Amino acid sequence: MAQQIRLEVVTPNGAVVSEDVDIVNAPGYGGDFGVLANHAPFLSTIRIGLLTYDQGKKRENLMISGGFCEVSNNKITFLVESAEHGKQIDVDRAMRAKERAEQRLAKATQHDDLINRTRAEAALQRALARMKVSKMT
Amino acid sequence: MASLKEVKNKIAGVKKTAQITKAMNMVASARLRGAQTKMEAFRPYSSKFEEAMSNLSGGANTGSFPLMEVRNVATVEMVIVTSDRGLCGSFNANINKLAEKKMKAYEAEGKKVSIVCVGKKGHQYFKKTGKIRKSYTDIMAAFQMFHAREIAQDIADNFVKGAADKVEVLYGHFKSVAIQRPAVQDMLPVQPVANEQEGAKKAVSGDYIYEPSTEEIMDVMQPLYLNVILYHAMLEVGASEHAARMTAMDNATSACRDIVNNLTLIYNKARQAAVTGELMDIVGGAEALKG
Repeated sequence: MAQQIRLEVVTPNGAVVSEDVDIVNAPGYGGDFGVLANHAPFLSTIRIGLLTYDQGKKRENLMISGGFCEVSNNKITFLVESAEHGKQIDVDRAMRAKERAEQRLAKATQHDDLINRTRAEAALQRALARMKVSKMT
Repeated sequence: MASLKEVKNKIAGVKKTAQITKAMNMVASARLRGAQTKMEAFRPYSSKFEEAMSNLSGGANTGSFPLMEVRNVATVEMVIVTSDRGLCGSFNANINKLAEKKMKAYEAEGKKVSIVCVGKKGHQYFKKTGKIRKSYTDIMAAFQMFHAREIAQDIADNFVKGAADKVEVLYGHFKSVAIQRPAVQDMLPVQPVANEQEGAKKAVSGDYIYEPSTEEIMDVMQPLYLNVILYHAMLEVGASEHAARMTAMDNATSACRDIVNNLTLIYNKARQAAVTGELMDIVGGAEALKG
């Protein structure tokens, strides 16, 4: 058995994952990165997107929204606002959210409303990430 | 003395009130459990967050962030977190009173005060002062992180604009089911988190790799940190509210019981008096007939 790293995914509503895993792949600030056991201490912000981790041959997919992650003492901790397993995602809701976000984005772009535009963009990204992750499982 | 029927009606009425307060007590205790679980679920997130913040603020240069800028305080903004509903004893009143006291103290120092209310009770209390900048009501019943985010964002914008130089949060601290105390926490400018465990920090294997730079990470984390503070305050108020309501309703129920006991005593006395009166009449009538 290869060495493993402890993965913890923590959201404001409680811990979502707390397991020993072989590898973690996450969407970091400057691009996706992978973390193996005994990684050097590391701190990065996280974009909205897909987090995967492997346990042996098994791969799990997780949708995460923005936050940051910390690696230290062979433990990787994600602090994100929400995290959902692929099968838990409500695709219809994500679909509706996507449409809503697109409408809002169009409206905000017309009125040159920066705050609403960034918000709508974030909502759109979350919806897209949810849909992508749910398709993978 | 009140008539028999009046007393009887009153007893029935008080009994019904007791039923309601008892039901409210039970509802509050069920809700309290929910609120407490929510609070406990949040704890790992907030403690981890603070840990990361303290790791970061050790290295970063504090002067360069708009949210950390320490200015001469001309305007203080108070974020008053209360519940939306009443009937929970003096819980909201305590928070509001503390807020008013602080407000007066600041004004005596010649500072201006503006208020942001989260929860209806604070809004109602401070409506007349005309100092409310913004109110968020009817969200305390079922709030999520994104509610806190919206409020925190607004407060941060206001601070960066220079409309407020210092921001404090006032909320009801949940000490235990029996005790809730109003509490104050500084929110802005963001204080570098003191690193108490200097020794513990060295246990980390080497220096952190930061991606992007510490400064940029701080830029992302500071607004999040505000969310954490505010969300935490809201969770505390949520739990405290239910705990306070439980106590208040328990007191109300026992007060109702006392009133019913007293009224029953009065009722029985009145009934006795009526019976005696009737007996006297009958005896008197019989005596008269004999004569």
